[in-house]
Amino acid sequence: MKKQALISAIAASAMIAVASFAIAQSASDVQTLRGADVDEPIGVEDVFHQDKQRFTRNYRQQPPLIPHTIEQYQIDLKANRCLSCHDWTTAGERNAPTLSMTHYMDRDGNQLDRVAGTRWFCNQCHVPQADAPALVDNTFKSSGN
Amino acid sequence: MTDNNSQEPRPGAIRRLFKWFRTPIGAVSLGFALVVSFVVGVVFWGGFHWAMEMTNTEKFCVSCHEMKDNVYAEYQGTVHQNNSSGVRATCPDCHVPKEWGPKVIRKIQASKELYGHFITGVIDTPEKFEDHRLYLASRVWTAMKETDSRECRNCHKFDYMDFTQQENRAAENHQKALDTGKTCIDCHQGIAHKLPEGYLDAYKKVSDDH
Ligand code: HEC
Ligand code: HEC
Ligand code: HEC
Ligand code: HEC
Ligand code: HEC
Repeated sequence: MKKQALISAIAASAMIAVASFAIAQSASDVQTLRGADVDEPIGVEDVFHQDKQRFTRNYRQQPPLIPHTIEQYQIDLKANRCLSCHDWTTAGERNAPTLSMTHYMDRDGNQLDRVAGTRWFCNQCHVPQADAPALVDNTFKSSGN
Repeated sequence: MTDNNSQEPRPGAIRRLFKWFRTPIGAVSLGFALVVSFVVGVVFWGGFHWAMEMTNTEKFCVSCHEMKDNVYAEYQGTVHQNNSSGVRATCPDCHVPKEWGPKVIRKIQASKELYGHFITGVIDTPEKFEDHRLYLASRVWTAMKETDSRECRNCHKFDYMDFTQQENRAAENHQKALDTGKTCIDCHQGIAHKLPEGYLDAYKKVSDDH
């Protein structure tokens, strides 16, 4: 008898603890990642479309900006869609600029026939550009200044 | 006995049948047979058609995990599933011909592919699927080369494309395609799925064989 009473007492207090914790949780302010209440509508961000002209390089070694859309071009361990137009084996047929020799040189300076592993992920260096306000300040100073 | 000796020769089978039709019981049976075969025909044709349509939906295509976990997952978010106009191309739009004859042939081929699903399990894990992918893709490319990308052309037609509204690259290439007789899949591999390793070489091989 005594044992059962003890067990029920423990169970009851545990349940109360859980319930009050749940209430405290729901009462405290919900932290929002989007900076607005759950039921508050927020406007859609402006959409900036990509510039599609060829760009002048800002400094001599700049990887040229991409003048065309690259949406949904697969670049992963298995395949690289960019190479279907830009590799030396295909560029003529596809009427695209051929990769310069730097893309076929490994880090030890050896010339290769296939694009170097260090150049596989093109969008590490080449990006499309849109005329949009900068998301973060840029403190870059070119060596000329 | 006298019948047998009658002078009139026994009429031929067709004529006898014809005569029988003219008896009341014959006419009723004929009518009945016609009605029954009509109904059976309708039911069979309807059922056949129903089965064809049933198996021609995206839901059916991705009801096996091989398709759902691999190609269907990748198709999400591609231009044929999500775009500005909200028009979609589903699996059968690209993979099953619209005309009746080729459609039935494709369905028969598909029944053979089920053998791989139920009996041999050739692609029942993502790894096995990857191993077979170059082969599977090559088969689709071969089919599209042979039909001049017929399924793409069910929706897209050069005749109605306004090249001036397209991106420069697209307009130039499409003019070239018209002039040199290239077909959609020659330039648009991987339009709905991930491409496997070595796809360019494999495509070249398919292309050279045709
Ligand atoms: C369908 C063929 C095709 C594909 C795929 C393609 N490109 Fe291009 N690319 C071109 C063409 C054609 C040009 C030249 C455009 C022009 O002159 O306006 C070009 C231009 C460029 C340039 C500018 C070169 C310069 O000197 O200004 C860069 C950089 C570039 N592409 C990078 C990429 C990257 C990175 C990818 C993959 C994400 C890619 N391209 C995929 C056809 C392609
Ligand atoms: C490590 C950075 C880097 C990576 C990765 C890279 N590039 Fe470049 N790319 C450059 C730089 C820098 C230049 C300009 C100088 C030069 O030609 O080497 C350039 C030039 C180019 C050009 C213009 C060539 C010319 O002669 O006009 C094209 C096209 C190009 N890259 C495409 C690609 C493609 C496609 C890939 C992916 C396969 C790629 N790049 C990967 C840095 C990179
Ligand atoms: C059921 C109709 C249908 C079929 C079949 C179809 N497409 Fe499309 N395709 C569309 C629609 C719809 C769009 C999106 C148009 C838009 O951007 O609003 C599209 C877009 C495209 C684009 C534009 C890609 C981009 O990034 O803008 C290409 C390329 C394309 N299709 C190629 C193909 C090829 C190749 C095939 C054959 C394998 C094919 N399509 C079959 C309806 C179809
Ligand atoms: C000679 C190569 C080539 C052939 C053949 C070809 N295309 Fe394209 N197409 C391109 C290139 C390059 C682009 C632009 C870059 C991209 O989207 O990959 C393009 C873009 C497109 C677009 C998007 C157009 C836009 O800018 O809105 C559609 C749709 C399309 N192709 C459909 C087709 C169809 C359908 C066929 C067959 C009837 C076909 N293409 C044949 C090279 C080709
Ligand atoms: C816009 C047309 C299009 C649509 C929609 C489409 N496919 Fe494909 N599919 C292709 C093309 C083209 C290939 C040939 C390989 C390549 O170029 O990616 C292919 C290849 C395949 C393959 C062979 C394996 C591989 O990845 O190459 C399978 C399996 C497949 N598709 C199943 C499906 C299923 C299931 C769906 C529906 C979720 C679907 N496809 C929707 C065009 C399409």
